[in-house]
Amino acid sequence: MTWVNAIIQGLLTGGLYALFACGLSLMFGVMKVVNLAHGDLAVVGGYVAVGIITVTHIPVLWSFVIVVPVMAVIGYALQRTLIQSALNRGVLTTLIVTLGLSMVIENALLEFFSANTRGIGAGMTLVTGSFRIGSQIELPYLLLLIFAIAVAVLLGLQYFLSQSSYGRLIRAVADDKEAAQLSGADYRHVFGIAAALALGTVALGGIAYGMYQSLDPTAGTDTILLFAFVAVVIGGLGSLWGTLAGGIVLGVAQQIGAQVNLSDELLAGYLVFLLVLVLRPQGLFTRRASS
Amino acid sequence: MTVPAGGLAGSSSPLDSTEAARPANGTPVLEAAGLTVYHGQLRALDSISLRVYPGEVYAIIGANGAGKSTLLRTIAGLHHATTGSVLLEGADVTGLRPERRARLGIVMVPEGRRLFGSLSVEENLKVGATYARRGPWTIERVYETFEWMRDRRDQQTAQLSGGEQQTVAIGRALVANPRVLLLDELSLGLAPVVVQRIYAMLPHILETGLTVLLVEQDVSQALRVATHLQCLLEGRTTLEGRPDEVTADQVEAAYFGLAGTASIPREGSESS
Repeated sequence: MTWVNAIIQGLLTGGLYALFACGLSLMFGVMKVVNLAHGDLAVVGGYVAVGIITVTHIPVLWSFVIVVPVMAVIGYALQRTLIQSALNRGVLTTLIVTLGLSMVIENALLEFFSANTRGIGAGMTLVTGSFRIGSQIELPYLLLLIFAIAVAVLLGLQYFLSQSSYGRLIRAVADDKEAAQLSGADYRHVFGIAAALALGTVALGGIAYGMYQSLDPTAGTDTILLFAFVAVVIGGLGSLWGTLAGGIVLGVAQQIGAQVNLSDELLAGYLVFLLVLVLRPQGLFTRRASS
Repeated sequence: MTVPAGGLAGSSSPLDSTEAARPANGTPVLEAAGLTVYHGQLRALDSISLRVYPGEVYAIIGANGAGKSTLLRTIAGLHHATTGSVLLEGADVTGLRPERRARLGIVMVPEGRRLFGSLSVEENLKVGATYARRGPWTIERVYETFEWMRDRRDQQTAQLSGGEQQTVAIGRALVANPRVLLLDELSLGLAPVVVQRIYAMLPHILETGLTVLLVEQDVSQALRVATHLQCLLEGRTTLEGRPDEVTADQVEAAYFGLAGTASIPREGSESS
């Protein structure tokens, strides 16, 4: 029974990892930018939530109403300035620039918030409670909620990309940005919108992580970015639902590893990652983000 | 590359009989004045000028590497001109980015179609219509003009034949309601019969008051549709005029650069 429990836990954690990963996948798919500051920006989103909750005392769950738009605006601004000017100098430059951005963010967070960990909504029933089925199976409220949010976010993204006029432009620019220019589309603006979506979604991931674990200034690269990468690679680059599938595979592998030996949790996740890289490097699910 | 063996020399300077015979009805829709463009060290265009008047089909011909596509791409804003300017109905657009020019009415069908591969036929047209000017062309009108497209609008463009893809690319440009439509090498990679079918719909498009500037390597095709002709060779204009004003010899000489320019090296002569 503990095994079943572990698998269910892992499956639900996949939702959290999908929130980390879908923005990373989107930015790579649209502008070929591997955003190494992606995880740190999630942590920034988490800290913004902490700040807003402390100052305004709004309910914890409602903090996202402010945090997501704020991070989306930051994403648009970052793309139009720093990342675009790096892109103009070549795709490789974006790696260096986003790595630099990651270091700046981490050190700024250390400066302002110290290295202490901070939780979001610690002690709430939502965070600590769970459904019980029988005597062994446990479904934590929080993981269920995060999983539901992840599915909603992916559905929303899919709908936006396939149905809206901007979504169509995003796909067109990802296909051929010069041809899109000839149709009157400013690809820099479209890139900005894609970055806004990416940071809006990963901000949700940052808040969720702050509730599920706790935030600290280095969690961005140590955990969030790494898990996002693994989920994207397992799921297949550029595939939206692949990030959820990849996240689930990673989560289940980690939980099974933890059942074998508590210290094997991370190891098991990366072993599966390596296995996928060797046996199916294109990822398990290589459908395009548009379909 | 095949070069005719000989017998082409002796035509007079092709630049004599040009501009004078042409009725200049008002301002040109599109004017390029002294465009010079470099690709690195190479001078791809050397002070090229042209004037396209309303309703014209202005054809630019020339061999591979003559600078035809560079000229079109510079007019569309994809290349930066070192000197010279581009005017749209008298207004200077030289400093504008390609997307601004497209919204103002300089719309190009790029070489090799360049459709959005992960989008359906209809989505390609919708992208074209996103920043459209007001005008006669709508997606519905494109479907009326090309009946087959309506039935296949939900297909991915990769499932279409080359000719069909080219037609969708033209449709995508038309729904933007261009003032001047730039067509870059429509015939590239298509069977001759397909090329003829595509050019056969030009009059249909022109009925809506469009002006066309096209680049074509296939000279006979260009001569059939054009109302005005300009031949480029190594970035320079070697011939300009109405198709009925120029002789086949003149065109041939201008195309290959044989008129009074014996110094042009030819490849594929005797090998040692």
